Amino acid sequence: MTATTPAPAHRARRIGTRSVLPWLFLAPALLLALLFKFWPMAKGIWLSLFKVRPFLGDQWVGLDNYTRVLSDHRFQDAVGHTLLLGIGISLGGILVGFALALLLEGQSRSLKLVRTAVFLPVVTATAVVGELWRLLYYPTSDGVINHALGFLGLGPTQFLDNPGTALWSTMAMGIWMSAPYNMVIILAGLAGVDRSLYEAAAMDGVSLWQRLRYITLPAIRPALGIVLTLAAIRGLRVFTEVYVLTGGGPAGSTEVWMTRAYTLGFTRNDIGGASAASVVLLCVTLLLTVTVNYFRKRGDAR
Amino acid sequence: MSAPAIDPVRAPATPARTKSAKAARTTPARFDTALGWSERPGVAWALRILLCLIALGVFAVPFLTIFAGAFSTNPSGSDLSFLPHHPTLLNFKVANERGIWDYFTNSLVIAGGALLLQLAVSVLAAYALARHRFRGQALIMTLFMLTMMLPEEVIAIPLSLVLGHVPVVGLDLKGTVWGVILPLGAWGFSIMLLTEFMKDIPVEIEEAARLDGVGEFRMLWQVILPLCRPALGVAGVLGFVMIWDQYLLPLIASKDPTDYTVTVALSILRTDPEVGSGVLLAGAVIALVPSLIVYLLLQRSLVTGIAAGATKG
Repeated sequence: MTATTPAPAHRARRIGTRSVLPWLFLAPALLLALLFKFWPMAKGIWLSLFKVRPFLGDQWVGLDNYTRVLSDHRFQDAVGHTLLLGIGISLGGILVGFALALLLEGQSRSLKLVRTAVFLPVVTATAVVGELWRLLYYPTSDGVINHALGFLGLGPTQFLDNPGTALWSTMAMGIWMSAPYNMVIILAGLAGVDRSLYEAAAMDGVSLWQRLRYITLPAIRPALGIVLTLAAIRGLRVFTEVYVLTGGGPAGSTEVWMTRAYTLGFTRNDIGGASAASVVLLCVTLLLTVTVNYFRKRGDAR
Repeated sequence: MSAPAIDPVRAPATPARTKSAKAARTTPARFDTALGWSERPGVAWALRILLCLIALGVFAVPFLTIFAGAFSTNPSGSDLSFLPHHPTLLNFKVANERGIWDYFTNSLVIAGGALLLQLAVSVLAAYALARHRFRGQALIMTLFMLTMMLPEEVIAIPLSLVLGHVPVVGLDLKGTVWGVILPLGAWGFSIMLLTEFMKDIPVEIEEAARLDGVGEFRMLWQVILPLCRPALGVAGVLGFVMIWDQYLLPLIASKDPTDYTVTVALSILRTDPEVGSGVLLAGAVIALVPSLIVYLLLQRSLVTGIAAGATKG
């Protein structure tokens, strides 16, 4: 990206003396990014090729860490959970966010108030949301959700303590957190729809469904694309939600890629293996980003 | 993820509002929304109110359980409701004994320091990127965008090693607030946001100031920065929410649990067998209130920022 401001002639002449200045302004940001982003990344890639032994010196093992991580069945399970959670939270969050946006679109004051309240999960720290949901999911019939289920004649469910339901319960919380965020983006997309199209459609006597299908959806397609991309990338690296809510349990039923890497690195002190796992995740993230950007650019060109 | 570059001047919320206001004058109100909601009482109107109540019940009402539980006497699962039973401040007293205010102070120091650093660093970088032309500009831009694509989680393990022994200077930042503050300093998102905004400031203003003999630093401080106030607001709120939400970074930057931030410290309260869920909820309230205040005061900036970042990305 280049500066769009045309440089006046007198500025161009003095550019030699002032060419150091931009770097002076950039220095703090570059220094911090190098020290705390790029250097750790490089170090991670480097460490993933070693058996890391404190005080004994690291031992070069080549791609051993990678084969070990990729053939570990707990990591293989984690891949499945990560994909399921990522896809579930992304799609669920978009569906609920879209529904919310359709419901809360409008200018009236009361609608704005409702939107403000509905947006609360987004500004709340994930750790706090996790504690809140643990209480909502309280496993006996006294818990809030179980209490509500009781009214419908359904028995208490052990949401987080049962390996069969824990992952779905985590997914529900993820959707709850991401839907209002998606709502805001989709609302911005909806605001850009040409109102006269709705009017023209009404004159032609189209149904509400057709109106949504042929006017609204195409108009907010770019917004949906962005929401989906962001959600997919966030889904891959899901950590705090799972770590706070279930810690990966029960019986590893909610273990995701990052919680597994965390356990490997910090509890088991297998820095090499954990680094290899992180590098794999990094590669998948970058691949996903590049692919999505490619398709989006192609879509824009059309 | 491409750069969610932001331009709050042309943020969709503002033009969209004026556009639909204009549309309202020429087209009937029932074409204002995709679903064609009616504003007059009727079946659809009642249905909308019902659905809004359900949405509130699902997304906002659960927060009342935190407050109700925090102020209740001995709440277990059964006592949870939306109003406190036998209101009391006992939970906060116990939480205080467990050092919740120390964690809270940690959080405040970190949030304040990291936000200041983040804004200062971003303003400087954005000024160079938006108002100067230099070799390697595109490369630098790509580097900053890369920092956004690089998930914190992915570099967590090597970062914890780096924090224990910073290259070149060889400092040990673990257990200090700097271990959390410094890694949050360079946030690509905020740099992009301010860069986009600064690009739209007319060159004429800068030229006029230069003719008056204003130097680079005064130019930034006295000419450009005051014009950037709306963008600084957006960057500030989004930055605060992002910093307050940090979990893994304070965890790996700590030497022992006393270094935790209040959000991370909730896990200590939860696993403490001697305190009930009321105390945990008191802690949750303390961790929740700052973000709540920031959000309610500056919610327009936040929502504008998210919407603009997405649609322009």
